[in-house]
Parts: sequence; structure tokens; C-alpha cells
Amino acid sequence: MTGCILAFAAVLAVLGPSIAAAAEIAPPDRRSDTIAMSPALRAMQADDAANPGMLSVLDGEALWNTRAGDAARSCADCHGPAATGMRGVAARHPAWNKASGAPMDLTGRIEMCRTENQRAPPLPAESPDLLALSAYVAHQSRGMPISPPDDPGTAAARERGRRLFTARIGQLDLSCAACHDDNWGKRLAGSPIPQGHPVGYPAYRLEWQALGSLQRRLRNCMSGVRAEPYRFDAPELVDLEAYLMGRAAGLAMETPAVRP
Amino acid sequence: MARALVNVPKRAHRGEVIEVKTLIAHPMETGYRPGPSGRILPRDIISRFTCTYGGEEVFSAELHPAVSANPYLAFTLEARESGPITLTWTGDNGFRQVETALIEVA
Repeated sequence: MTGCILAFAAVLAVLGPSIAAAAEIAPPDRRSDTIAMSPALRAMQADDAANPGMLSVLDGEALWNTRAGDAARSCADCHGPAATGMRGVAARHPAWNKASGAPMDLTGRIEMCRTENQRAPPLPAESPDLLALSAYVAHQSRGMPISPPDDPGTAAARERGRRLFTARIGQLDLSCAACHDDNWGKRLAGSPIPQGHPVGYPAYRLEWQALGSLQRRLRNCMSGVRAEPYRFDAPELVDLEAYLMGRAAGLAMETPAVRP
Repeated sequence: MARALVNVPKRAHRGEVIEVKTLIAHPMETGYRPGPSGRILPRDIISRFTCTYGGEEVFSAELHPAVSANPYLAFTLEARESGPITLTWTGDNGFRQVETALIEVA
């Protein structure tokens, strides 16, 4: 109980003075969250021999070339080498999906290909294989600028995402924007508050001791403010992803990023 | 077999100090953590790592439950002769993985 009160008091102490302001970060001020990380963590991410996310990227490469499902086709059978076929793909997701009439993130796109074209059972959310495939595909866009699509469907999703981003939720009554727009660069307890750009997902998080998706990270923050997280693949989470990618437009992809 | 990343320079001069970097996929389950059912998950860790070079053990490490998942080990060696550098991880449940990297010393 004392812990709760202290944590709440700490949040108020950080957010108190500017709790009313809610302005988006001006484009020239937008920067990758990696800059806010410790030098040791940045070094771990930069060195492919030390970045534990690379283990999953290599797993993903193996899966890319493995036949699956009733169609007995591998990803490579249709798409060819990922290095050319998948370059830039992660940088423009979530994207509008005509068939379902909804925005779809990269994981959803992989699942759709898997169930419809490979005719294989879908992989469970956050399963190591699904994360490995996402990481391998997203890794092909490393260094490329995030370039969200500008069709009306995705634009509407971004707008819904923006509303979710700025809405106060949970027992702590905080919005995403209260930290990541208004107080980035400051500290919450001992940790730096980053701008919250999804440049490196799926990312390896030391706290998780594993790779995890952006949705897992979003759900994490929701339980952090003591709100009930949306379930995996909920449309709200995809809308938030769409908004965040639009907010991070122009920043370079870093998958797999390493986070504390 | 677990996924392992081994980074050893392909060539080195005799007497040069080289860095060997290793990363291996392993859950390093401590044996103290409750699982989803509430029961304690049994311990599953890598407990020993050895490196042999020129038929001689040149580096070894004991790993304990506090070591993180996917352990990363980096150490230095003096390049003396061309040949294989053999890395062996052993642990609980009969875990054993051997990786070999060749180095050319001129």
C-alpha cells in the first residue's frame, strides 16, 4: 500500500507541473528512443554479435525458408529472398487491408499469409515463431525511414489511435501523451522517459528476458497506469500502432532494438 | 539445438590478442520462479562454458541461476596457432552444445 502511494506520488511529482499541456512533439524534435538508453544498452543493440534479438532474427530466417501448412509452401517460395522482397515492408505497416476492411499490422499480415496462402494454423500471439518471423521481416527494413501509408483507411485508424493516445486511462488517470509527449527527456523514478517511437519492434527487452511485440509493450504501459489492457490483436492496439508509426514517420527502423 | 552466435576473427597475427564473443539462446530458468499454474518451474540453466584452443582449455566459466536468459560471454585469447576454437556449453536436462570457429594465424 505504501508502495502504491509512493509510486503515485512520484508520478504526480514528475507530471504535476505540466499535466494540462498536451502538444505533439514537433517533427524536428522527434528522435529514436535509443538515444535515451544507457551507453551499455546502446552498445548491445549496435553489435549484432551481442544483440540477443539477433537470435530470433536468425530463427526467423530459418522459418522464412521452411515449408508450412497444407499448401506446403514457404514464405520464400512466393516472396523470394527477404532481403529484397521484404525491404521496407515493416516501415509501412500497419497498412490498410481491403479484404478485412481494417488496418493490419505486420504481425497480422504474416498471420493472414500463413492462414490463407500457406493454409497453416495461425501462430499464437507472442509465440516465439511469430515473433521470430516478424523480427526477421522487420529487420530487412533496418535503417530505412518509417513511411506510413496515406490511404484514408489508415488515416482514420491513425486518428482513432491519436484519440487513444491522448485519452486518460486507468487508476493513475494518465494518457500515453502525459508522459511521452509532455515529459519526454525527464525521468520517472530512475528511468528516462523516452518519446515512445516504435522504431525497433519486435524488440528485446531485458525485463522480459525475451523478444516482444509492440502490442506487448503497449499492454505493459496500460497495466503500468493500472488500466485494463486490450487483448492482443484488438483493433484498438492496431489503431495505436498506426498512430505511433505516423508519429515516428521519418525515423529509421532499428529492429531488433534492445530496451531495458 | 539452441541457436548460438559465435564471433571470432577469421585471421590474426601471431601473438595478437583476439576477442571471442558468444551468445546462445537459452531460457536460464532459475528454479525459483512460479509458472502460470503457480507451481515453481524446475531449474533449467547452462551451468558451464568452456573454450578449447589448440587442444588446451583456455577459458571456462561457471554459470548460476542469476545469469540472464540468452547468456552473452566475451573474452580474449592470444592467437598462437591456426586451428579450431571449440566452445562447449553444458547444463541441466543434459543440455550440451558445441560450436567450432576456425582461426588462421600468420
